[in-house]
Amino acid sequence: MAQLSIVHAINQGLRRAMDSDSKILLMGEDIGKLGGVFRVTDGLQKDFGEERVIDSPLAESGIVGTAIGLALYGYRPVVEIQFDGFVFPAFDQIVVQLARMRYRSAGALTLPITIRMPYGGGIGSVEHHSESPEAYFAATPGLRVITCADSNDAYWMIQQAIASDDPVIFLEPKRRYWQKGEVNIEANMSDALNMYSAKVLTQGSDCTVIGYGPTVATCLQAARFAADDGVKLEVIDLRSLSPIDMSTLVESVNKTGRAVLVHEAPGTGGIGGELAARLSQACFYKLEAPVMRVTGYDVPYPPSRIEDDYLPDAERILDAVEKSMNY
Amino acid sequence: MDQFDSVVQLLDSNGSVVANSQFTSTLSQSELLGFYRDMVLVRTLDEQATALQRQGELGLWAPLLGQEAAQIGSARAMQKQDFAFSTYREHGVAWCRGVDPVDMLRFWRGTMHQGWDANHYRDYGYQIIIGAHALHATGYAMGAQLAGRVGSGEAEKDQAVMAYFGDGAMSEGDVNEAFVFAASYQAPVVFFCQNNQWAISEPTRRQSRTPLAQRAVGFGIPGIRVDGNDVIACYEVTEHALHRARSGQGPTLIEAVTYRMGAHTTSDDPTKYQLFSDVELWRERDPIKRLKIYLQTKGILSAELETQLAGEASALAQRMRDECRELPDPKPSSMFDHVYADTDINLEKQRAEVEAILIQSMEN
Repeated sequence: MAQLSIVHAINQGLRRAMDSDSKILLMGEDIGKLGGVFRVTDGLQKDFGEERVIDSPLAESGIVGTAIGLALYGYRPVVEIQFDGFVFPAFDQIVVQLARMRYRSAGALTLPITIRMPYGGGIGSVEHHSESPEAYFAATPGLRVITCADSNDAYWMIQQAIASDDPVIFLEPKRRYWQKGEVNIEANMSDALNMYSAKVLTQGSDCTVIGYGPTVATCLQAARFAADDGVKLEVIDLRSLSPIDMSTLVESVNKTGRAVLVHEAPGTGGIGGELAARLSQACFYKLEAPVMRVTGYDVPYPPSRIEDDYLPDAERILDAVEKSMNY
Repeated sequence: MDQFDSVVQLLDSNGSVVANSQFTSTLSQSELLGFYRDMVLVRTLDEQATALQRQGELGLWAPLLGQEAAQIGSARAMQKQDFAFSTYREHGVAWCRGVDPVDMLRFWRGTMHQGWDANHYRDYGYQIIIGAHALHATGYAMGAQLAGRVGSGEAEKDQAVMAYFGDGAMSEGDVNEAFVFAASYQAPVVFFCQNNQWAISEPTRRQSRTPLAQRAVGFGIPGIRVDGNDVIACYEVTEHALHRARSGQGPTLIEAVTYRMGAHTTSDDPTKYQLFSDVELWRERDPIKRLKIYLQTKGILSAELETQLAGEASALAQRMRDECRELPDPKPSSMFDHVYADTDINLEKQRAEVEAILIQSMEN
């Protein structure tokens, strides 16, 4: 066991993956000498060289597009997009090319590319540094979209993403980057929880609360407050947004009869809507209340001085729980 | 010698005048003094904003240290009717457009996404997304063309557009597409690339094997390299390019060769990648120092004027400190303003929800 921050856990995960497979390349802006703006790749260029840890020109479409070419040649690129808000020049390459290559080539072409991206707000930064673009990717067939909320998952899920033959969007909760946690670095990848599985974090009988990435810690905080009032929340870390592990969610919601879904991204067109539809269908006769959503509002990410009013907090989650309980 | 090996310089780093076959200084003494004042005050502004960030008053700041001449020289060549499209580092350009420094801080403090009215100052404001605005600038220039505001020969009618970006942006698709459009339509836009040698930690050679200005040739656009630390050369070269644009002779790419003496932003640590010796070398080429020597040698800058300017600088710093802290936080419910032109029922419902939460939290 090791105590690692999420940043350090991803760094160690990348290191272990690169040690085990010489076809793995890292690409991105400032990932080499600087070690990335969040230092996720710190020290990797020094140890693996400039040919495997590639400082790219400042062109996101170029990074993803050339990663596709490198993957066609047999490499396994791990791409860093510096900030969530900077991914859109590469959107065409990701959605139009990367996502559908296997399908259009009838399985002949495989693109085992991982796209790492810090996402979400709460860091007091200027615009385009706090976005939650996950729904665009989750709505794109051919892409896998996963996100970690703790150090152990950060360490293992990045390795699983790299090992996958599907293109994976790996979303890193930037405001939790420095959150520390235990990492079982002695384990084998086969022992780690599948990256497409949801994870029940607290057992509870009253209401299921489902979050992912940066909101998981908020959900756990809400669960602690609720416990003080004798309300037992079952908190689930969704972990994978595509595919969605319905069996874990359905089992929980069938037990509690209630579900509250939490994410930072705007509600409209978000992951919460997808979950709500599926849970309503799967758990219709067990539900005691409509599925509730606690999300960012349907506005562009606001100036940072009011971001705390935008981001879902424990109070808003508890309000939704209360509404569900009193329905 | 290839034309792109040479850099237009009219004032060298020792403050001596340099002869140039194409350009000569047309600036009066008072204009030169004005440029000096601009550069000193903009450096003060920059240092004060950096300090405010360190004190926790700003979320972030992108220092312009070392790029004062490139920004002041180029922006002072603009006419009132022209329009500037800038990146997040062009505080000096905003200054020349008349934007109040405190309004610049609104963006970095996180009280507003845009701290001033772009149409009022004819300055688009800070753009974070690298190179995106080069296309907007080109489209705006096409608009001026369509509106008959190019080539009329009337001094106050003809318009040009400045598109500012850096060496890193030269790699972005949007910037290259902007070159294609500008050349194709001969749009009145001047692309002003401040090559400050660094895209965060990546040196310019990662973006280009040739001088950046040389790229222009392939697009059918004239390219020119200028000493970005020479405010006189930056002014003259930009003035020339803007004149071409306004008179209907199409776009120009100017590469102002300078150096980012500070960090990329206050979140950055340049000691991880910059060489101390390079920084020292460029410190010798400081844009303010050389103009100061020139003005002093010519007897234009007196000790009295220096004292007066120092007083003005310290008053500006004091005002920024005072007024930054006083900048009002937006009302939380204001996040629902201006999402759409029309009233949106869904958003109004969410606004009411936020207002109810605030009332509830005040009661608790």
